[in-house]
Amino acid sequence: MSEPANADIQTGLAEILEEVAGVAPADATPEKSFTEDLDVDSLSMVEIATAVEDKFGVAIPDDELANIKTVGDAMDYIQKNRA
Amino acid sequence: MTGLQLPAGAPGARILGFGSYRPRRRVTNDELAETMDTNDEWIQARVGIAERRWAEPDETLLEMSVAAGGKALAASGLDASELDLVLLASASLPRPIPGLAPEIAHKLGAQRPGAFDVNAGCAGWCYALSAAADAIRSGSARNALVIGGERLTDYTDLTDRSTAVIFADGAGAAVLGPSDTPGVGPVVWGSDGDQAEAIAIPQGEAAMSMAGQAVYRWATTRLTATLLTAMDLAGVGPDDIDVFAPHQANLRIIELMAKRLELPARTVIARDVVRSGNTSSASVPLALSALLESGEARSGDVALLLGYGAGLTFAGQVVILP
Repeated sequence: MSEPANADIQTGLAEILEEVAGVAPADATPEKSFTEDLDVDSLSMVEIATAVEDKFGVAIPDDELANIKTVGDAMDYIQKNRA
Repeated sequence: MTGLQLPAGAPGARILGFGSYRPRRRVTNDELAETMDTNDEWIQARVGIAERRWAEPDETLLEMSVAAGGKALAASGLDASELDLVLLASASLPRPIPGLAPEIAHKLGAQRPGAFDVNAGCAGWCYALSAAADAIRSGSARNALVIGGERLTDYTDLTDRSTAVIFADGAGAAVLGPSDTPGVGPVVWGSDGDQAEAIAIPQGEAAMSMAGQAVYRWATTRLTATLLTAMDLAGVGPDDIDVFAPHQANLRIIELMAKRLELPARTVIARDVVRSGNTSSASVPLALSALLESGEARSGDVALLLGYGAGLTFAGQVVILP
């Protein structure tokens, strides 16, 4: 069975979340809300956006960042905008 | 005529002494939590501030600046009459006209020095430091006083939890003189005026507003290169930095910058924001004064400075501490 196309995105995002906000990789699942479930504040969201740009080459401007509420939202955004 | 005569100037400028003034009133996070929907844990987690100083009515920008300037003069060993340039970096003047530097100079007993204000937001003191060092090097001035003074609470809505927990008051100053061995390195300064609205008093309003996420992103992504270039131009590297004193805006920005620069463990990092809040252009000289007073920083230490803020503006340089 092949991995879903976005498996590397989830793994990469989990690494970023662990580095920036100390989130255990097992907790970084698509349905989790950054603020409600993972205790990630607005400034850490900026750091996540910066790290996503470095890792995936996908820029997330502030107005788009405001619409990203869950890990799944971030995964979708990266997948959609990845070159 | 083919050209004009110029003064000889000096090989370099160096800082001769620091001084500071901290307002009497200490405002803790718990006190703020009594009047607005915030708490100590939230504030410390977001900006790292535990307490700040708010000026009382008699602690005017003039009085605080004169106090800090007088202490810097005493530390430098110079007399006010030896100053021929006085600069005030401030973004919170009580009125637009006249500028405050001439009156500060007069109150200190200086003899008709060149005197003007610099508004480069929170980067102001680092801008003014560079202007003064260049004036000494070119021969436009021999000794200069560079003050960073703010009464940000005059332009802060003290019931708005997004800014009231951050901004504060105070003044810091340094006296500079000529030196055969340069003690103020080349400045790396610049501006991103496309983000003029990020920190501003909006038209028709009385208080500052700040786009926190945008400024945080800018500060943590755009300024590492400025710091690296400032070190490069001064001929030093991260391993040479004894003291890192960036603008005291937010402890998280300070820690991130220090991490990205890969400073050695022995480098003393200024964390004055914890007890002083964000005092804009006063923050770098306030932080350096505190480190010198506590003995954490010593005479001869190599310090990496960075101012950044409203404009958006930034200025970084390496200096040798007096």
